[in-house]
Amino acid sequence: MASALINVPAKARRGEIIEIKTLMSHIMETGYRHTADGAVVPRDIITNFSCRYNGKEIFRAELFPASSANPFIAFFTTATESGKFEFEWTGDKGFAATASAAITVE
Amino acid sequence: MKLVDAMVVAALTTAACPAGAADIPPAERRSGYSFMAPDSQAMQNDDTTNPGMLWVLDGEKLWNSKAGAAGKSCADCHQDARASMKGVAARYPAFDTTLARPVNLEQRINLCRVRQQQATPLAHEGRDLLALTALIARQSRGMPIETGADPQLAPFVGKGRDLYMQRQGQLNLACTNCHDDNWDKRLAGAAVTQGHPNGYPLYRLEWQSLGSLQRRLRACLTGIRAQPYEYGAPELVELELYLMSRARGMAIEAPAVRP
Repeated sequence: MASALINVPAKARRGEIIEIKTLMSHIMETGYRHTADGAVVPRDIITNFSCRYNGKEIFRAELFPASSANPFIAFFTTATESGKFEFEWTGDKGFAATASAAITVE
Repeated sequence: MKLVDAMVVAALTTAACPAGAADIPPAERRSGYSFMAPDSQAMQNDDTTNPGMLWVLDGEKLWNSKAGAAGKSCADCHQDARASMKGVAARYPAFDTTLARPVNLEQRINLCRVRQQQATPLAHEGRDLLALTALIARQSRGMPIETGADPQLAPFVGKGRDLYMQRQGQLNLACTNCHDDNWDKRLAGAAVTQGHPNGYPLYRLEWQSLGSLQRRLRACLTGIRAQPYEYGAPELVELELYLMSRARGMAIEAPAVRP
C-alpha cells in the first residue's frame, strides 16, 4: 500500500470548522511524456479521491493529468460528531489506497 | 595550550582549505530554506505537508523488512532507527577503514547491505535507497553538521575543495563563482543560494520527487555544461564531503523541501 500522510485534528468542538489535509504518494505520470526513443510513457495517475465521515461522503475530487506528483488535497468540514474519517484514492493501473483518522468531538 | 590548539587548527585549516578570500564567514551562512518563499517554507515546516515524509514512511517499512542471504533487516542489528540513527547523517560522508576513503550515507547503506545483509546494493536514486536515506537523515533533524571532524578525512576534504574551486565546463565556472561570490543574486527567477547541503535527501518541487545531493550536484554540473560524474564517483563524494564540512554547525533539515 502506498504511503499517505493525513492531518485531521484529534479533537474539536461541536460545530467547529476543521481543516483536513491529505498527501498521497503517487508519481502522477501525465501520459504526455515520451522516452528517449519516442515511446509514450503511459498515463498513470490518481483519478478519484473521496472522504467519508462516519460513512457519509463529505468530499470528492476528480484528478487529471495536470496534478503534481504526490497530490496534496486539503478541504474543510464541520465537526459534528466523534468518529472516523475514511479516505480513498483510486486511479490508473488498478491503483487503490485507503487511510483513516479518528476525531473526538466535544 | 590554547596557542597549540590554535596552531593545530590553523595547520589543519591550511592543509584542508587553502586560503580563499571568498569564503562565507560562519555568521553569514544561510540555509537554502531562508531563500525560499513563505509557501515553500510552510510546506517543509509541517510533517503532514512535506512530501519528503512519504519517503521516510517507506523507509520505516524497509528498515523492518528482511533482505539478502543473511535474512536480516536493518532493525535486527540497529533496532529502532529513531534512537540508533540519531545524529548519524550529521557525520556523513564518513571515513570507511576497509575502503580507506570517505563514503556517503547512500554508500554506507549499500555497504551494510552487501557486508551484513549479503544483499545486492540498491540503485542510486531508486525509491528504496532514497527512502532508507531519508529515514536515517530524518533522525538528525535539528542537529548541527559535524562532518569532517575525523582527521583521516582531511586530504579528501582538500580534494573536494579543489574541485569546488576548479573552473570547468563550457561555461568555465567553478562552484565558488556562484555559491561564494554571487549567492545573494538571482539566476533567472531563482535564488543562487550558498549551496549548503543541510537538507538532503530533499524534495524538490522541480523534480516532483525526493533526490540526493549527488543528483543536485550532477544537475549543477550539467548546468555549467560540464560532463557530470557518475553516481557514487569518488569526486562527487569528495565534493559532498567538502560541502558538508563547509556547512559544519548548520542544522540538518532533512528531508527538506526546495523549489
